[in-house]
Amino acid sequence: MNVIFFYIIAAAILGFSILSVTSRKILRAATFLLFVLISTAALYFLLQVHFLAAVQLMVYAGGIAVLIIFSILLTSNVDFTFEKIDWKKQVFSGLLALGGAAITILTLLQFNFNSLVTKQTVTPDIRSFGRAFLSYGDGGFVLPFEVITVLLLAAMVAAIMVAKKSKQ
Amino acid sequence: MFLYDFTQLTSSIHSSLVESFGEGALTTTIELAIAGVAYLIFFAVLGLFLVYLERKVCAFIQNRLGPMRVGPWGLLQTIADFIKLLMKELIYIKSADQFLFNVAPFIVITASFLAIGAIPFDKGLQVLDFDIGVFYVAAVSSLGVLGVLLAGWASNNKYSLIGAMRSGAQIVSYELSVGLSLMTIIVLAGTMQFSELVAGQADLWFIFKGHIPAMIAFVIFLIAGTAETNRGPFDLAEAESELTAGFHTEYSGIKFALFFLAEYINMFIVASIATTVFLGGWMPLHIPGLDGFNHVMDFIPPVLWFFMKAFTVVFIMMWFKWTFPRLRIDQLLTLEWKYLLPLNLINIVIMTIVVLLGWHL
Repeated sequence: MNVIFFYIIAAAILGFSILSVTSRKILRAATFLLFVLISTAALYFLLQVHFLAAVQLMVYAGGIAVLIIFSILLTSNVDFTFEKIDWKKQVFSGLLALGGAAITILTLLQFNFNSLVTKQTVTPDIRSFGRAFLSYGDGGFVLPFEVITVLLLAAMVAAIMVAKKSKQ
Repeated sequence: MFLYDFTQLTSSIHSSLVESFGEGALTTTIELAIAGVAYLIFFAVLGLFLVYLERKVCAFIQNRLGPMRVGPWGLLQTIADFIKLLMKELIYIKSADQFLFNVAPFIVITASFLAIGAIPFDKGLQVLDFDIGVFYVAAVSSLGVLGVLLAGWASNNKYSLIGAMRSGAQIVSYELSVGLSLMTIIVLAGTMQFSELVAGQADLWFIFKGHIPAMIAFVIFLIAGTAETNRGPFDLAEAESELTAGFHTEYSGIKFALFFLAEYINMFIVASIATTVFLGGWMPLHIPGLDGFNHVMDFIPPVLWFFMKAFTVVFIMMWFKWTFPRLRIDQLLTLEWKYLLPLNLINIVIMTIVVLLGWHL
């Protein structure tokens, strides 16, 4: 059952990724990208890592995809399509993509996945996430957590400064 | 009685299926299909009833009778309307982006479908019970806005586009208030799982347990939730007088019906979350110390409790719509960013202090 679902989701991810890069209408490409992100979240749900799946939906699908689509909405028109790319570029980028895929697949095939199986047996729940974020002992993430918070705060203040009308 | 505990019903269905088909993929598939069909029927019935309720409540507030002709008290009116919608032609729009135009209503309806699966209607009457329940609902309901944005853009119509932009800005900003007001109660409850949230309210509902900060959070949640569903007084995305019908101007027939249905189902989802998180879910009204009263309350089935509370919240939201005039977009964003959000942040700190000092009931 899980295997069947895995193949369905994997096929969806692959199909939508290909559609996303080949579509010549920019908002369609963005929509296919959204579907890829949602399918990835489905994969996480299948693996029973609910927190990661919800974060994927919230941050990527509900946040970044909305941002992308919003900016496309403001800048482009329905009738606009990209020009057809000339065949030299197509061949070159196709070769590049194939090379990248070959390297990734080779690395994956050589990796010994069985060594990971015995190490992780507990399914992480939301409480252990919370504790790990705020503990400074072994296995705690309080420093990166705080650094990211400060970074986000700085980004937000900067955004407000940019958006603010100057007083004149 | 299965009305009091649905785990018996579901486990008996499960065991009978296992008897005839054995443990395995087939049983799981049949169970998934049963759950899916049950939710589809629930969706349709609920949508029809909510539209009827809206028209009746609106009529009541405006001192009219509302639909009265079709069926007793006009009960069959929405069914007749629905059949009419099904018969309507699906208008093909030449200059629209066909693919996105067609896919947009499904994104909206899928988002509300995903969200409603996590809501516990009764003990054991819940499909998804994740340990991150509240967060999950917040995450999947944030997908609905994408459908609205795509619908507005793909229609190739200036009113639709303006409606979609307004709706996008509105939903993205009010999501913050919804999330933070729910977070206030999570601080009190110490869990995000819906079943545990309900179980934690067995003696007293969270809105009374957390007294002042919980009540502030409840009011904020109601306001922000109404705004998130694009309903009046926050319905500038589809302001009839300025934008014809906003993002769904160009839609007709069943595709329009999907948007319409999603709006009402989303209203019900917001009401159900308010019920589950603040008003005890399917737990009866219990007051500590009054054992006789509590026993009497236990006789009312939990499903009935859930729907009574949910429809009370729905009624309040309809009351909003027919009482307050529509806000302007700048007023709407000012309300969220300058009033609700700071209030919410302060409220969380107050709730944390209350919980740490043990001042809650």
